[in-house]
Amino acid sequence: MTHILSVSVLNKPGVLTRIAGLFSRRNFNIESLNVGKTENPEISRMTIVVQGDEKVLEQVTKQLHKLINVLKITELDKNSIVERDLILIRVKCTRKQRSEIIQIADTFRAQIVDVAPDSLMIEATGTEDKLEALTELLRDFGIAEFVRTGIVALSRGQAAK
Amino acid sequence: MPKLNGGEIIIESLKKENVEVVFGYPGGAVINLYDALYNSDLKHYLGRHEQGVVHAADGYARSSGKVGVCIATSGPGGTNLVTGLANAQMDSVPLVAFTGQVSSSLIGKDAFQEADITGISLPITKHNFLVTDIKDLARTIKEAFYIARTGRPGPVLIDLAKDVTQAVTEFKYPDRVNLPGYRPTFEGHKLQINKAAKAINNASRPLLYVGGGAVISGAEKELREMVDKAKIPVTTTLMALGIYPEDQPLALEMLGMHGTQYANKATLETDILIAVGARFDDRVTGKLDEFAAQADIIQIDIDPAEIGKNIDVEIPIVGDVKTVLRELLPHIEAKKNGVWQQRIKELKENYPLKYEDDGSETIKPQYIMEEIDKYTNGDATIVTEVGQHQMWAAQFHKYKKPRQFITSGGLGTMGYGLPAAIGAQIGQPKEKVVLIAGDGSIQMNIQELGTAQTYNIPIKVIIFNNKYLGMVRQWQEIFFEKRYSSTKIPAPNFVKMGEAYGIWSKSVDKKSELDSALKEAMEHQGPAILDVHIPEEENVYPMVPAGAGLKDMIGG
Ligand SMILES: Cc1cc2nc3c(=O)[nH]c(=O)nc-3n(C[C@H](O)[C@H](O)[C@H](O)COP(=O)(O)OP(=O)(O)OC[C@H]3O[C@@H](n4cnc5c(N)ncnc54)[C@H](O)[C@@H]3O)c2cc1C
Ligand SMILES: Cc1ncc(C[n+]2csc(CCOP(=O)(O)OP(=O)(O)O)c2C)c(N)n1
Repeated sequence: MTHILSVSVLNKPGVLTRIAGLFSRRNFNIESLNVGKTENPEISRMTIVVQGDEKVLEQVTKQLHKLINVLKITELDKNSIVERDLILIRVKCTRKQRSEIIQIADTFRAQIVDVAPDSLMIEATGTEDKLEALTELLRDFGIAEFVRTGIVALSRGQAAK
Repeated sequence: MPKLNGGEIIIESLKKENVEVVFGYPGGAVINLYDALYNSDLKHYLGRHEQGVVHAADGYARSSGKVGVCIATSGPGGTNLVTGLANAQMDSVPLVAFTGQVSSSLIGKDAFQEADITGISLPITKHNFLVTDIKDLARTIKEAFYIARTGRPGPVLIDLAKDVTQAVTEFKYPDRVNLPGYRPTFEGHKLQINKAAKAINNASRPLLYVGGGAVISGAEKELREMVDKAKIPVTTTLMALGIYPEDQPLALEMLGMHGTQYANKATLETDILIAVGARFDDRVTGKLDEFAAQADIIQIDIDPAEIGKNIDVEIPIVGDVKTVLRELLPHIEAKKNGVWQQRIKELKENYPLKYEDDGSETIKPQYIMEEIDKYTNGDATIVTEVGQHQMWAAQFHKYKKPRQFITSGGLGTMGYGLPAAIGAQIGQPKEKVVLIAGDGSIQMNIQELGTAQTYNIPIKVIIFNNKYLGMVRQWQEIFFEKRYSSTKIPAPNFVKMGEAYGIWSKSVDKKSELDSALKEAMEHQGPAILDVHIPEEENVYPMVPAGAGLKDMIGG
């Protein structure tokens, strides 16, 4: 099971290390972790995707709460959130394949952000599933490299406070 | 408002926190702080190694119930604190450790004696701070003490850039802390309290399993009341010996790997296990799915993360032990002794702690503990190192008050005992403090004999000299066919060593001489060392092999 946690933290030095360190020390599986500023300059929001059953999730949440600079933890319900992941992929491509790849990108509302004689770079945002589908289709052409940001997410309709 | 430099601000802040005693070791990065100490009326104890310093602060905290304070310089000073911080973190001991750091402009440049001690100590402290601006200093100290002593206590480290200790600012100590991310819960949830009371009232074989949290909370009176009212037998962890007097009929003493048979058997039979500030450590439970298998579990703990961490709990109550017991008590029905209490009596009669004594001049370690118990009439603070002697000290001495047994439980740190005994004595100047040491462990921080001598700290050091790293040897004997790989350890001449430090020292190897030697050591006015030769291959029993269930105890 994957769970998405939205964690508000005080912007103090080392707060990221504390959280990352906690995960490795307690043997929790972290799939992705994102940190960004929020509307309040003193507070950052982390979006953490963790693997594990309900018991693991309970321990993760409780252990995170013990960190002095952690203010609030919410588990996001996948059905009522907007979640986004961003990917940059460099696909190998001959001149002939270019238009086909551009078509695929269009279908996924992705953009071509760099063109080289033997490759294209594509930028796409969306849910994890969408990005995985895109990557799968492009695999046939040969993926030279890619990088993903990991998920950021917010609940729909109401502020998470 | 007066302007003070960083060193002076620290001293003034410590006074505001009612600190009377600090343990430390100077160096370049804390030289300004030491300059401020020079004229202050804080009592500073100079150790001989920073590990000794932090363990002494820990022993002080455990014996007095106050926050222990220690100081070390940057680089090696800080790294020498590491074991002591981890030890305090594991056993939930409130400490504030100050470390020097290179000047803020040099941080990150591999400057002389620079080590990233906040990074290093991150997983072994409750929290830590790096102060690079004097304006943050007083507030940080306030927060550090608050965090160290409240909720589940623990060590907090404050790393001080050297320029901060030199800089000058107006001193104003904040009245309150502002820590929006830190709000420990003290009171139990009403519904949970009611549920727990019902479960206890309906139980036919309830058992209290009491741990270090009850000691930290100071709940001995409430616990006593609960036992007297509902006639619930009590077993304690190594961390809570004495929280309920061990000479009482319902006292089962310690449970777990080296616990009493009667305590462990009671856990197999109970139908409601009430965990009170205890964390289901693997040394206690053995194989988890067999632990208290017939029982529903109630767990009272201030740390929500402890609930359900190792074992499923039917009725969790998050809160402070003393507060929760007070809330619970009015709902608990008074009971008379019955079948279960009779069963407890039988268990105690049928499976007592025992050891073989062939009547020769050999001095058995268990016998030494009994003699100390007799001599002090249970009225002493016993501090230990780590190993077999630690277990004998736990088993063969009747503890009657909390904080009478001071030991490294969670980390099992050899080298803890000697400095901790010094700290414990400073924390309770009127108590008789007896250190039970192994010949291996005591060599790990033996330099602290210098500290005991300098300040004339009257601790009585009893060395259980078996010329082995006995606890490991015992495992090798039982599980590795006596392949004693690197466990034979030559001991120095402890008497000469003690005398080199100017400490009264004596060695005994005959049972008939033990009594008078013990008396001499105990009555000696300053620190004393008694080196007692015990059989080399004596084992600690009973014993539950690691990973086995409590029903599979061997020996005893
Ligand atoms: C060689 C060796 C052998 C050992 N053998 C044994 C053995 O046979 N039996 C045994 O018991 N131990 C043994 N130990 C010790 C063991 O490793 C653990 O340290 C010990 O069992 C933990 O005790 P505890 O559960 O009381 O927890 P502690 O470590 O004392 O933890 C205290 C608990 O109370 C909570 N708490 C703190 N303050 C409060 C409060 N105010 N209100 C409510 N809750 C609070 C904390 O959150 C924590 O959960 C041995 C150790 C060594 C080194
Ligand atoms: C710092 C440290 N190193 C190693 C160990 C592993 N260990 C546990 S008990 C023990 C033997 C202790 O020997 P001694 O102090 O002589 O006590 P005895 O068991 O003989 O009573 C050892 C090596 C430890 N607990 N701590």
